[in-house]
Amino acid sequence: MIREIGAIDVFYMALAMRWTLVLTLLALAGGSVIGLAVATAGASSRGWLRFGARLYVGAVQGIPLLALLFVFFFGLSVVGFSLPPLVAATVAYSVYAGAFLGEIWRGALIAVPRTQWEAGASIGLSFAEQLRHVIIPQAVRLATPPSVGFLVQLIKNTSLAAVIGFVELTREGQLTSAATFQPFWVYTIVAALYFSLCFPLTRLSRRLERTLRVAR
Amino acid sequence: MAYRFQFRDVFAESQALLDGLWVTLQLSAVTIGLGFLVGLAAAACIVYGGRGLKAAALTYVEVIRNTPLIVQLFLIFFGLPSLGLRLDVMTASLLALTINLGAYTAEIIRAGLQNIPRSQIEAGLSIGLSRVQVFRHVEMLPALKAVYPSLASQFVLMTLATSVVSQVSAEDLFHAASIIQSRTFRDFEVYTVVAVLYLALSLVMRGGFAAVYRLAFRRR
Repeated sequence: MIREIGAIDVFYMALAMRWTLVLTLLALAGGSVIGLAVATAGASSRGWLRFGARLYVGAVQGIPLLALLFVFFFGLSVVGFSLPPLVAATVAYSVYAGAFLGEIWRGALIAVPRTQWEAGASIGLSFAEQLRHVIIPQAVRLATPPSVGFLVQLIKNTSLAAVIGFVELTREGQLTSAATFQPFWVYTIVAALYFSLCFPLTRLSRRLERTLRVAR
Repeated sequence: MAYRFQFRDVFAESQALLDGLWVTLQLSAVTIGLGFLVGLAAAACIVYGGRGLKAAALTYVEVIRNTPLIVQLFLIFFGLPSLGLRLDVMTASLLALTINLGAYTAEIIRAGLQNIPRSQIEAGLSIGLSRVQVFRHVEMLPALKAVYPSLASQFVLMTLATSVVSQVSAEDLFHAASIIQSRTFRDFEVYTVVAVLYLALSLVMRGGFAAVYRLAFRRR
């Protein structure tokens, strides 16, 4: 039955945003673990580790996210797991986020000058202490603005999980659009809701870039 | 029972894959060409425009960069007809992709233009170059050279992102995959093959862009 679009529809779409956020946070958690491994491998002094990291980043950044989603969605069921879309999406988005975060963090790690390591060593810090007190504080400062910038990409790209049937904001929009037959207003509202999530983060990323650069 | 992979059914449909790949190539090429021009114009408005133009271009860039491509596509393809503007699938896809890429390109080129030191421009003017010559040789070309790697990688990412047009049933490579899937039921194999095709395409593009960089900017 076709009905008018009303406040209740807007309410349900706003509510569906929580699944967008859940998927973003899960992907951020999984992506951070993978990203940390990729970044340390990519910044390591061992050639084969660097090669492995480059291979991973190159492959993931060369495949459409949509294809990654489908490969994991169908692939995991082939291996014998029958999984809800949220799990398949979490795996696919973690793999995706891991490549991009890994590349950002690798850049931050190698941007800290070698002399900082040596300075740490010369005052008698162990490797772990050098990393903890000298290198990581500087690398985090470099890595934070682009990481927040990537978070915006991640939030926007969770919209693709709609195609494997995960009901987040975009999928809720499709359902509402089918029920109300008002695609123009529905997708305008959906876009506005994404904007309300992403724009503050974009601003934050830009502000961090200014303040953290001054602080260096 | 262990799953047996069967790629043969997928390769039997290679004609459909090639047709889809051809559409993806065309879509990407036109999007990159038009998107670059839109981005160049928007960046020029932000850097050189008056207050109104600047505000309009900034709004365009921020709205597009902070909303998902697939929602923009749905808004154009499903939403615009209710305002009386009905576009066919390919036109709607091209429009959405171009508008999207234009915003990202504008942001990249703007950064390049605003990083040209003021003193360079003054130096150019002081040795008697005209304003147009300064714009061309001191601002635009060095800025484009500086941002070329970011632009190239944005273009590659955009080519991969063209796969979303399959969701409004434009007949690109990704759409070919879903057709083959429905014929053969070899979903995992189909999407793996398509992922590899996209990967190959992105590698070729990266190589191509690097070669163009060496040719175009070698002596500057």
